[in-house]
Amino acid sequence: MAQANRPLSPHLGIYRWQVSNTLSILHRMSGMFLTLGALVLTAWLVAAASGAPAYAALAGLLKSPLGMLALFGWSLAFFYHLCNGIRHLFWDAGRGFTIPGSRATGWTAVIAAGVLTLAFWVVVLTGSGS
Amino acid sequence: MGFRSPLGRAIGAGSAKSGFEHWWGQRVSAAGLGLLGLWFVVSILGVDLGDHAAVSAWIASMPHATLLILLVVTLLYHSNLGINVVLEDYVHGGKLVFSLAVVRFVHVVMAVAAIYSIVKLSLGVQA
Repeated sequence: MAQANRPLSPHLGIYRWQVSNTLSILHRMSGMFLTLGALVLTAWLVAAASGAPAYAALAGLLKSPLGMLALFGWSLAFFYHLCNGIRHLFWDAGRGFTIPGSRATGWTAVIAAGVLTLAFWVVVLTGSGS
Repeated sequence: MGFRSPLGRAIGAGSAKSGFEHWWGQRVSAAGLGLLGLWFVVSILGVDLGDHAAVSAWIASMPHATLLILLVVTLLYHSNLGINVVLEDYVHGGKLVFSLAVVRFVHVVMAVAAIYSIVKLSLGVQA
């Protein structure tokens, strides 16, 4: 039976916004965004297999300013989800549960993701990879 | 894997009597994706992505073709599980059943299309 005015447990509004919940939300958002990236990876493979005109069409789309912005977003999401995912795997193994510890690993994941993303784009834009 | 007691495993115990495979599969595919994803991101730095012939040759050659198929399968498996978890939090009842089916369908279609494309390039079939 649904009862009006039943006491509720504390909900989101009562908690202070902090690093732990921000990174948790970002992990989920980056994961969902990377699912869209999987769609583009699939499109990339299908376009390559479909011939030069189809590939040129997709490459043109991705080379546009909006396409490059999206690719930058996917690279950042990938590196963040990877670094924070490693944090999650340590938690699953029962390690890193102290509050100072999880704050430190959280900031480490954010900084590492930023550094890896920048390094990736420096190599892409300077062409030092090929 | 050491997360369950032998008795619990034998009688299929757990809060919902099932679901452990989902949790474990997400972790195992995460570890695999860490390696395969890093391989992919580092490797494509050496490919001229604007050149269709170069890209096709790169996808088609070994060990890239094998690793790409492994990447696609692991990625889409992990992606499907992850989207499932999000949907289970925000969608309920019949809508949940329906959206889980749609998400799985889309993932299977992506996997088939991607694998077919890699194999096609690898076997040198012209479009």
